[in-house]
Amino acid sequence: MSYIPHTEAERRQMLAAVGVESMDELFADVPASVRFPDLDLPKPASELEIMEELQLLSEANLNTRQAACFLGAGAYNHYIPSVVDHILRRNEFYTAYTPYQPEISQGTLQAIFEYQSLMCFLTGMEVSNASHYDGATALAEAAILALNVHQGKRDKLVLSPAIHPQYREVVRTYLQGQSLEIVGDESLGSRPEEYLDERTSLVAVQYPDFFGNLHDYGSLVVAAHAVGALVCVVANPIALGLLQPPSEFGADVVVGDGQPLGIPLSFGGPTIGFFTTREQFVRKMAGRLVGETVDSRGQRGYVLTLTPREQHIRRGRATSNICTNQGLMALAVTAYLSAVGKHGLRQVAELCYHKAHYAAERIAAVEGYGLWNRGPFFHEFVIRCPIPPAELNQHLLDHDILGGYDLGPEYPELKGHMLLAVTELNHKEDIDDLADALREAAHA
Amino acid sequence: MLEPLIYELSTPGRPGHRFPDPDVPLADLPEGMIRQDLMLPELSELEVVRHFVRLSQLNHAIDTGFYPLGSCSMKYNPKVNEDAARLPGFAHSHPLQDPSTQQGSLAVMYSLQDWLKEVGGFAGISLQPAAGAHGELSGILMIRAYHRDRGQPQRNKILVPDSAHGTNPATTTMSGLRVVELPSDARGNVDLEALRAECDETLAGLMLTNPNTLGLFEERVQEVVRLVHDNGGLVYGDGANMNALLGVVRPGDLGFDVLHFNLHKTFSTPHGGGGPGAGPVGVRDLLVDYLPGPVAAELEPESEALPPLYGLVMPTKSIGRVKAFHGHFGMHVRAYAFIRSHGKPGMRAIAEHAVLNANYLLAGLRQSYRVPFDRRCMHEFVAEGRFEGVPEIHALDVSKRLMDYGFHPPTNYFPLIVREALMIEPTETESKPTLDAFIEAMKAIAEEAHSEPELLKGAPHGTPFGRLDEVQAAKQLVLCCRPAELERAAL
Amino acid sequence: MNYPADLKYAGTDEWVRVEGDRATLGVSDFAQDQLSDLVFFEATVRVGERVAAGEQVATLESVKAAADVNSPVSGEILEINQPLAARPELVNTDPYGSGWMVKLKLTDKSELAALMDNTAYQRNTEARGGR
Repeated sequence: MSYIPHTEAERRQMLAAVGVESMDELFADVPASVRFPDLDLPKPASELEIMEELQLLSEANLNTRQAACFLGAGAYNHYIPSVVDHILRRNEFYTAYTPYQPEISQGTLQAIFEYQSLMCFLTGMEVSNASHYDGATALAEAAILALNVHQGKRDKLVLSPAIHPQYREVVRTYLQGQSLEIVGDESLGSRPEEYLDERTSLVAVQYPDFFGNLHDYGSLVVAAHAVGALVCVVANPIALGLLQPPSEFGADVVVGDGQPLGIPLSFGGPTIGFFTTREQFVRKMAGRLVGETVDSRGQRGYVLTLTPREQHIRRGRATSNICTNQGLMALAVTAYLSAVGKHGLRQVAELCYHKAHYAAERIAAVEGYGLWNRGPFFHEFVIRCPIPPAELNQHLLDHDILGGYDLGPEYPELKGHMLLAVTELNHKEDIDDLADALREAAHA
Repeated sequence: MLEPLIYELSTPGRPGHRFPDPDVPLADLPEGMIRQDLMLPELSELEVVRHFVRLSQLNHAIDTGFYPLGSCSMKYNPKVNEDAARLPGFAHSHPLQDPSTQQGSLAVMYSLQDWLKEVGGFAGISLQPAAGAHGELSGILMIRAYHRDRGQPQRNKILVPDSAHGTNPATTTMSGLRVVELPSDARGNVDLEALRAECDETLAGLMLTNPNTLGLFEERVQEVVRLVHDNGGLVYGDGANMNALLGVVRPGDLGFDVLHFNLHKTFSTPHGGGGPGAGPVGVRDLLVDYLPGPVAAELEPESEALPPLYGLVMPTKSIGRVKAFHGHFGMHVRAYAFIRSHGKPGMRAIAEHAVLNANYLLAGLRQSYRVPFDRRCMHEFVAEGRFEGVPEIHALDVSKRLMDYGFHPPTNYFPLIVREALMIEPTETESKPTLDAFIEAMKAIAEEAHSEPELLKGAPHGTPFGRLDEVQAAKQLVLCCRPAELERAAL
Repeated sequence: MNYPADLKYAGTDEWVRVEGDRATLGVSDFAQDQLSDLVFFEATVRVGERVAAGEQVATLESVKAAADVNSPVSGEILEINQPLAARPELVNTDPYGSGWMVKLKLTDKSELAALMDNTAYQRNTEARGGR
């Protein structure tokens, strides 16, 4: 199968119009010694064959529709209302590109403007950009924003150890070319407050934190602001349907991964990184932005705005090298939040909360297991296990249960502990089965 | 024509999507932590559907019409790819599942890595980067890490031709390296003398787009590469224009040390209104250990009794992760399906027809538009949107007028080295009749520019929206719905 | 295009008006025309700060371009044109008058010798496509 439409006759006519005898002649500028390599690739396949092949490969995976999933740690198994994917499959949305020509891109532009509005209201912040690649890269961009706000004069970044380990890794990758000290996450007991000083550009924490715990960061924000540092909160957007937004305790930047809002797990990507902040930082913020304006006929319309911050104009002086946002994923978030609305999001958040607490209670009551979290938590929690989590997970797999995230490799202090996530997709029976399977495993 | 904002369509109390009632006992909510208000809209499902369908109808898209946006390879997005990515085994699998439960996804990643290696002439691939610019960042960080690892941290200078994408210098700055711009010569190639002058002990590398952004193949590319290598630098390839090279020449064979692919350009994954893309990086052997990770690998090779066991591994000197998890896997599935459908002969056919289509358009437009570097183009070319005797007409006016003829305009004002640039890329999936219609429209506009310039200045006329006021948007920033106005509207 | 004879010009398109040991600084008619409609002005220095010749004093943005404004002379910042932040279009409408950007106290008047007079500057801009 090929998507190339040319007939033999057309090809001949076109070659003649160009003034060449053959296709090969078009490539005369390519050095002859390396031209037309003999590629070792499979034979072309028909659509039928491709679909059969991919169907088979997909069935070699265990998916969260077949097994009960208690795995979270940054990617969450939520229900996606049917309407969301029907909107994403509108050809006019998914086969368009970045809305450079606003007259014929108002659909994409208005949808992004609505996305920005929804994210502002959800996080309580004043401005939102059109999105980043994922939550981890949004955090890295927050660090870069803080460096720019301080005009490069502050060279220290404080990361809470209770931020997703992969997010912290990404921040370090992004900033390896800058002379900068990244501290605060050396051990689980570290408290961000202890690292604050006049060199600190940004303090970042997670809400709920990586272990599901809920903290009021009010006093940390006061302490950070006292030394002139900005505070970034990495938030779970479903939790914000129930909990106070980070703006309430004074966050300067709120970022996170929007995957729970209508985007399938898809083995981890694509998702979307949301990024919201205060209006005063809008020109230091990377990423695309859509703003309201009018057209020549007096109609309200939308355009990409503040583009001079971007790479295609500022080049070497740009805030970031970002070209696009996660357009279609922003549309998914917009469609999801529109469909579930004010009450639906609260309902999902409460379902997650109640089911997680039921699960925690059930498991803590099983002999040999214990709940590690001391204070309030949202929909994830940590359990102490009587046998290594890796073994436990193998046992759970036999019961068609995807168990939790083994914390030992990233947090030596938490060897033998597992992080479990519970969402609206976990029924009471699944939770009871999990508790039973854990009991069985401990006594096997 | 004007579609209200989602917030304006909201009615307090309107029932939306319903979730099931709790099937577990209710726990106490944490005191003092519950939010009081949540400003989200309230709509029925039908209202939501109509809103977004109406919005979609305000877009031009590949599936509604020709989209010759230069440098973006706006080719057809095959529908089977969409179905494949949504197979439950792919769409509903968690990135942290045990590899034994993910052999299908890992096999897709492993095969895609293999095929990209083959197409690019590389020794290793990482599928982690989420977009072209993200792949660029990975590539430049690898070059930096390579020099530092070899005890040459003073190599901090990256050369970037003046025709390059803005991402190239921006990436360099972001990586903590220094940018030096190189001029182009009269034929649109890298100026060799200028390059030679910059080859010193601080040279870290050169970023090269080939074919370059003028759509021209670097005529002395091997000499350019040799010069950089002889002076201790590495060559970064911007793979934005790989559509011209598939099956024609492998960047690795030309000596490129690292290159990013754009799966959303070359390999047909949808552009999605501006993302998600995917920007895998390919490298020659000397950079394999520095790739961002993890990458898919064979943990136990295939034997007679057992299929191979795939897993994820971190390269030994990796620059680190560039995003959480394993890259845009949904895009990997689509690119897999695309490569599978074309196979070996299809790869070359893509490049041949993309280049044929571009040269056909060039031949059809050369009489009506000035072409500043007029030689055989590759998959795209750059014309000028300005006309003798009508100085008030700019490339932008030509673009806006094209909308009235039902076409998406070419890329405007890029590359920067051409005045009033119109960068035109048809791709291989467009048929001759479409190209002929586009040529006719462009010719008609060139005539209108002389006979009725005001028709261009006032364009577009037939679209739902006229020209938008970008000055007002930037001066009076309105970046989200204003709560005060919404409250007033609700009263 | 207007290039007043009482000003000195830099190759990077800033103008300087010297009165005794004080100088007023802005960008030329040519520069504002190239940038097109300005939408943003921000001083990157504070009153009392010292700048060396070539250092940035402000940022300008239009819808299609961004530019750094550099001081072609060394000195101490005496005053910043505060109204410009709210009305950056003054740079378009009155580049040599109400569109001025900063005033400074010169510390090295010999630097002025390196700047162009209006005829030299006009030739310079014409070579770059100015009218």
